[in-house]
Amino acid sequence: MLAEFLQYLFTGITIGATYALIALGFTLIYNASHVINFAQGEFLMIGGMATVSLTAMGVPMILAVVLAVILAGLLGIALQRLAIAPAKQADVVTLIIITIGASIFIRGIAQVVWGKEYHVMQNFSTSEPIEVFGAVLNSQSLWVLGIGAVMVVGLVLFFTKTLIGKAILATSMNKEAARLVGIRTQMVLMLAFMVSALLGSVAGIVVAPITFTSYDIGIILGLKGFVAAAIGGLGSGVGAVVGGLSLGIVEAMAAGYISSDYKDAVAFSMILLVLFFMPRGLFGAKVVERV
Amino acid sequence: MLNRFMQSRLRGLMVLALILIILPVFLGNPFHYELVIQMAIIAATVVGLNLLVGFAGQISLGHAGFFGLGAYFTGIATGTYGWSSIPALVVGAIAVGIIAWVVGRPILRLKGHYLSMATLAVGFIIAIILNNERAITGGPDGMPVPAFDLFGWELSTFGRYSLFGVDISGVQAWYILASVVLLLAVWFAQNLIESPIGRALRSVKGSEVAASVVGVDTAKYKSLVFVISAIYASVMGGLYAHFQGFITPAVASFEFSILFITMVVLGGMGSTFGVILGAVVLKLLPQVLADFQELETVMFGLILMLTMIFMPKGLLPTITATVSKRMRKKAGGEA
Repeated sequence: MLAEFLQYLFTGITIGATYALIALGFTLIYNASHVINFAQGEFLMIGGMATVSLTAMGVPMILAVVLAVILAGLLGIALQRLAIAPAKQADVVTLIIITIGASIFIRGIAQVVWGKEYHVMQNFSTSEPIEVFGAVLNSQSLWVLGIGAVMVVGLVLFFTKTLIGKAILATSMNKEAARLVGIRTQMVLMLAFMVSALLGSVAGIVVAPITFTSYDIGIILGLKGFVAAAIGGLGSGVGAVVGGLSLGIVEAMAAGYISSDYKDAVAFSMILLVLFFMPRGLFGAKVVERV
Repeated sequence: MLNRFMQSRLRGLMVLALILIILPVFLGNPFHYELVIQMAIIAATVVGLNLLVGFAGQISLGHAGFFGLGAYFTGIATGTYGWSSIPALVVGAIAVGIIAWVVGRPILRLKGHYLSMATLAVGFIIAIILNNERAITGGPDGMPVPAFDLFGWELSTFGRYSLFGVDISGVQAWYILASVVLLLAVWFAQNLIESPIGRALRSVKGSEVAASVVGVDTAKYKSLVFVISAIYASVMGGLYAHFQGFITPAVASFEFSILFITMVVLGGMGSTFGVILGAVVLKLLPQVLADFQELETVMFGLILMLTMIFMPKGLLPTITATVSKRMRKKAGGEA
């Protein structure tokens, strides 16, 4: 009984931590540029797939991870510079279509380079499962949680302690004012996309040994991350983390206790329920609409 | 001249009719017909979606959900329960309309990205239900749908028919049906846009607050247009099911929803003929790109991105703006 519950909880927290990282990526880009980046999931895919293929070529794991993260970061910069920046006057829905176009493009390239098969990644450390109160814990889960926590702390420090982080915050609050005090806002936007891509690729790498990875894994993971970000309230960092973890846990519980067929429906029912009662999510900013 | 011509709505409808009459000359084989029939059915769906997106300014990323519901309602009512097609389409449309009204009331209060999230969620939930209720829908394997019957006539793509003494094939008969449906869909949409309801909708798009200040019941009109666009999708989904003869949950998928909204935005939001062009282009593109084989997806994404970056207003509005600018320049040069 307890073992079963713990089992679902572990699963939920692990996948929830991944969702939280994706949601943070959404939040970052949303705050900086008010764009919802539907290509966010592709950063995960690039992270996982690049690591797998580099290690298969004989590159040491650590180096492969670093290279994969750098690749995703460059992709983030390119996305902002080449696709988002030229269309800055466009409608919200036009920007959505542009990011969708970008995600199809990236997925298409991944399919050509890496094929359509599923790829397996080794656990970072032992593949021996750990037993806790009768529940079985995959050692990779600890890596997901640990690295997730490090990323969150790192992000907080980045935004509160570094000049670049503060510049991103300033740009998200008021772009014109930020420019007036000498912040190069275009640079800052590129940076925001890069950091978001780094987050996404790290999430994609740490979770790859658990979920496997393939060229199209970004679609559903990206959408779940978007759901998590919306549950928490778009633009809220705390909301992204809380939204991600709670989505992961609720999903795992529903899959375990109710029906695994409807596991994916849980996320979407949950977001509808949250939005019915709190139209701006759990931690969304109260915005006074100016007319 | 061209501008005035394009603005005149009845003329637009007549041009479309003329194109549909002439088009069969260029259609060599049944495959061409099938492609054009699919285009017409999907174009009629996005004409309905455009009422919501282009005129009322509300985003829907889940419209394939309603399309899929309509398709499955028709499939189940005619296939499993032996209904006739017309009652199945009508009752299906009413049922989907009610569902759209029930979910529309709460989610249309949301704005921007939250609305896109909520509509995406509704579409996803419908697709998941269609995938999992195997006993009723056949699950991921899909289900067969009987041929369309129209007042006792079985309209099958494999049949042969005689129309006023002329011998026509099944796909040609379907072509006539799909053309008439598309023309009706456009005619209804244009009348709606020109009616007081259409004016109210445009005021909602312009500024929701201003609209409510001058006494427009914005919640009511938003729900109404949401329901109308869902009914469009439902009826077209039902026709699509009959035409294909076989449906899978893919008709309700997220990818299909994205395809619909992309047709609207690519063709030109708020332009009825623009979104039809969008549907035609996006249905044709995979055929053209098939030559690139494994690069097909890459090219598709690239073209989508580039078009939206350089023509953010969509194909048709950009083309007409360029043409009328050229003509004005020409007229200015002569004077």
